[in-house]
Amino acid sequence: MPRLLFAAAALAAVCASLAPAAAETLILSLSTHRVAITSTYTGSSIVVFGAIERDERTVARAAPYDVVITVRGPRRTTIVREKERVGPLWLNTSQRRFVDLPTYLAVLSSRPIDEIAGGAFLTRYRLGLDMQIATPGMEHLASEEPFREALLRLKNDQGLFTEEPRGVTFLTPSIFRAPITLPAVAPTGNYDVEVALFVDGAQLARQTTNFEVVKTGFEQATVTLAHDHAIFYGLGVVAMAVLFGWLATIIFRRD
Amino acid sequence: MHIYLPIAEMSVNMFTLLAMGAAVGFISGMFGVGGGFLMTPLLIFLGIPPAIAVATQASQITASSVTGALGYWRRKALDFKLGGVLVAGGFVGTLLGVWFFNVMSRLGQLEFVIVVSYVTLFGIIGSLMLAESLKTMWATRRGVVPLSRRSGEHPWYLGLPWKMRFHRSKLYGSVIPIVTLAILIGFAGAVLGIGGGFILVPALIYLFRIPAAVVVGTSLFQILFTMMAATLLHAFTNQSVDVVLAMLLIIGGVMGAQFGARAGQNLKGESFRLLLAILVLGVGIRFAIDLVVRPQEPFSLVTVGARP
Repeated sequence: MPRLLFAAAALAAVCASLAPAAAETLILSLSTHRVAITSTYTGSSIVVFGAIERDERTVARAAPYDVVITVRGPRRTTIVREKERVGPLWLNTSQRRFVDLPTYLAVLSSRPIDEIAGGAFLTRYRLGLDMQIATPGMEHLASEEPFREALLRLKNDQGLFTEEPRGVTFLTPSIFRAPITLPAVAPTGNYDVEVALFVDGAQLARQTTNFEVVKTGFEQATVTLAHDHAIFYGLGVVAMAVLFGWLATIIFRRD
Repeated sequence: MHIYLPIAEMSVNMFTLLAMGAAVGFISGMFGVGGGFLMTPLLIFLGIPPAIAVATQASQITASSVTGALGYWRRKALDFKLGGVLVAGGFVGTLLGVWFFNVMSRLGQLEFVIVVSYVTLFGIIGSLMLAESLKTMWATRRGVVPLSRRSGEHPWYLGLPWKMRFHRSKLYGSVIPIVTLAILIGFAGAVLGIGGGFILVPALIYLFRIPAAVVVGTSLFQILFTMMAATLLHAFTNQSVDVVLAMLLIIGGVMGAQFGARAGQNLKGESFRLLLAILVLGVGIRFAIDLVVRPQEPFSLVTVGARP
């Protein structure tokens, strides 16, 4: 029994020492949890609102809060191919597979990430774009490097991998907002939003929420028909083509 | 104004596509070809995934060949018997073509196959057409009358077994070479998103000496049915037909073709063939440049995995 008591006391002591870290809680709200793709969809923007709630017993921090938001889209396998010269031709010769890679990644922060936390923390908390696409154990493989760079560059061109070092704006010292931009090519599916709170390079709290991108109405009906009733979909497209072609002969008939 | 393509999963400018459809439709109306050989490459250059460009283009060619075939039928410039034989061969070719398309797509080599096929096929056909039309132009300028067809003289391949008589086409000979040609056209059509009219028409004229009066109508008849089959098979086996894209291309194409047909009436036969040859060769060269010139971006991305 005394041993148990001792253990309980030790646990309490540990908890007490951790208490300052648990003193802040994050309250999150997204402007929407559902992005609907309609026929005029050209991408979208979602706003993350956050409030930092501080325990009454906790003293005010000397340093300002820092926030890092990481958004991860649905995971798929992405293949990066490289063209090389073969005789007179340029052909795809080598490729690297990035298995289960988020199709969309956005890292937004209140100031540049390397100013928020040091290198070891970036790895530990998996912060920043580089950390998201790193395959554990493969980070320093020299042959991987060009493919990782190409992946970041090409995905960035499409607006699918973005880093916004000042994407999080503090409205008051404890309330912040951050707009997440989704390009039209961002795939449908579930998107995770992870918000981490830092002070002086130490993580205080971490909270997640999510939203989904879905096709609706006509777009959804088309995809369902094309996949689940492919033969009817095909017949429908053929019928439409024949109808339009026939209509043209009637409308533009010259003889 | 942008419109979202539900199957291609991308947003495109509606007016760009309508204008492209109209421009290609104009050219196709002018030359009496389907225009797939221009439209599919244009869609690929626009960033539409090649698989979707090829599969969707089949439906656009269906629409334009309905218009064309009906017009020739009304003028009785269509040989149904020869057309039927061509369609039968075309179906076999389309089946093989869609199967090949799906296998290459699974292996991740589809884009390469499409580019190489465009380069070789269009390079060869374009050069042949160019050489032929230049020769004819040179001969007419010097006042030499080209040799007309002499009866009783037959190429060897018409002497093969399974002979048939096609009254309207003034042809009596083996169906083996005809069906073989139709299979090849059907195959190329399904893989490359082309109707193949620009190959079929000269082939019927030069290889089988079919009278020019029925040749275009008959080839449109074959293209219509093989492209209907291709649309269906692509939709059924790889779900790559985008109905919104198809509709935009068809509307643009139908409009353009009407004006093109009017412009084509003022064009002389030989300059007509020269222009078409240059167009075909141009598409082949455009693809060849992609293969030969150092690419600005040597890397490319492909995302695999099932769509939800």
